[in-house]
Amino acid sequence: MSSSPAITVRDLTVAYRESPVLWDIDWTVEQQDLVAIAGPNGAGKTTLLKAVMDLVDPVAGQVRVLGEPYRAVRDQVGYVPQRGSVDWDFPTNVLDVVLMGLYGKLGWFRQPGAEERATAREALAQVGIEDLADRQISELSGGQQQRTFLARALVQDAALYLMDEPFQGVDATTERTIIDLLRDLQADGKTLVVVHHDLQTLPEYFDSVLLLNVRRMASGPVEETFTDENLRRTYGGRVGFLHPPSEAS
Amino acid sequence: MDALIDILYALATDYTLRTVALGSAILGLVSGALGTYAVLRGQSLIGDAISHAALPGIALAFLLTGSRLTLVLLLGALAAGWLATLAIMAVTQTSRITFDSALGLALSVFFGVGLMLLTYIQQTAGAQQAGLDTFLFGQAATLVTDDVWTMAGLGAVALLGMALCWKEFKLLSFDPAFARSLGLPVRMLDTLLMTLLVLAIVIGLQTVGVVLMSAMLVAPAAAARQWTDRLGVMVALSMAFGVAAGVCGALISSLVANLPTGPTIVLCVSAIVAVSLTLAPRRGLLWRYLRDRRTRVRPPVAVPADENGRP
Repeated sequence: MSSSPAITVRDLTVAYRESPVLWDIDWTVEQQDLVAIAGPNGAGKTTLLKAVMDLVDPVAGQVRVLGEPYRAVRDQVGYVPQRGSVDWDFPTNVLDVVLMGLYGKLGWFRQPGAEERATAREALAQVGIEDLADRQISELSGGQQQRTFLARALVQDAALYLMDEPFQGVDATTERTIIDLLRDLQADGKTLVVVHHDLQTLPEYFDSVLLLNVRRMASGPVEETFTDENLRRTYGGRVGFLHPPSEAS
Repeated sequence: MDALIDILYALATDYTLRTVALGSAILGLVSGALGTYAVLRGQSLIGDAISHAALPGIALAFLLTGSRLTLVLLLGALAAGWLATLAIMAVTQTSRITFDSALGLALSVFFGVGLMLLTYIQQTAGAQQAGLDTFLFGQAATLVTDDVWTMAGLGAVALLGMALCWKEFKLLSFDPAFARSLGLPVRMLDTLLMTLLVLAIVIGLQTVGVVLMSAMLVAPAAAARQWTDRLGVMVALSMAFGVAAGVCGALISSLVANLPTGPTIVLCVSAIVAVSLTLAPRRGLLWRYLRDRRTRVRPPVAVPADENGRP
């Protein structure tokens, strides 16, 4: 199993109602890679993550995670959903949200105890908000919300992490913390797949990239794949803003 | 003081009052607990749909068995309410019809059938049907000890189910997509939670009636949300508010002649909501008004921005 790619997607097509969201995707993620998924709005980025986790029913195609069906390796996959996908006014605190990452391992009818709370506090320290453990989640800033979600994924102690726009709407300090964390996880042998919107920072932050617009437009190492030509094909010509300021001026 | 002693004396000696108060307390306890999830998941109106949908179940149970036993009628209500819930979930998941439209459809179709059956029963069954239409607005005075036992039994099942799946229901309410990624059977949990909700509603039908029952589900939880930021405390408070409203409603309606118990209970819980909306610290309207006024008189101060451009 250790030699299998982290993710193998073959001929994957997903549709909502009649219109395809993902069309005939072939894509492989090697283990210990740090991969960005980029593409315009509605390109199917979130849907692809959900298809990997068997959260949407594909029309056609096959997905393997660590060489197995998702069901068999579920406890080795950590998920960071979009920050905006939940109601942050829910009556709970930061530590409690992080503990949710352990619910899968805890099993039915068991409540988290001292051991689980210690694990959760460690994860909070890793993302630099151990002092916010008892904070009500409605009082968090965007960056703190994102760190909470990351900590929840960290306690899953997964081999593969799927993150949906973790950099969306966070402050510069949090962005730095997240990218350092991603690098640390990669050094620990983890595989990371991250939906990323900021094309300016993408080549700096990531090793590989999947350019997606319903179809797979290009994928591979950043230096070969992240080209003007591929970006133009993915974003349909609206790429003038892509050039780093140093080149543009 | 004399009034208090009168009330305690009445509770100790008056069998009817004691039964009604106990029944109303159980109803408030269970609907307060389960209502918390309905409110947090933005599904407050589901209670209205389920309670209305229970009516044809009550009528059918009577038609099929000829029995006026509370347990039989409530089992009929349970089946119909559950069927309506499944229909709502199925319609939402498989068609373009949105959740609120599905609710409206289920409510009107089931309630319509229920009224039709009730009319049929009234015209054919004669004196035997006496009391079936009390389920429309509830009639707490008809409660007897056996009814209270039935309510307690059904309520215990609902509360036990909620306690056993505490963390699963919490995650289901907060982040269902993450719950699914962990491998939790989200659809099954959803159905289970809905079933417990139906149980909670059915318990209150005889006392409060199908028309007002949804208030007992939504109001205690909405009031409790005002006072706390913790789910456990919110559930406990909501249960306490439900019990308080139930008992107060039963007592008040017994002290004043011709005051119906069900609507009085609903008025009591409405009063709790009104107080909570106004006075609760931080979330209450009064508190926010005072805070806004405080900040308005403060002169503007320039706050130096840090490197991120954030003050």
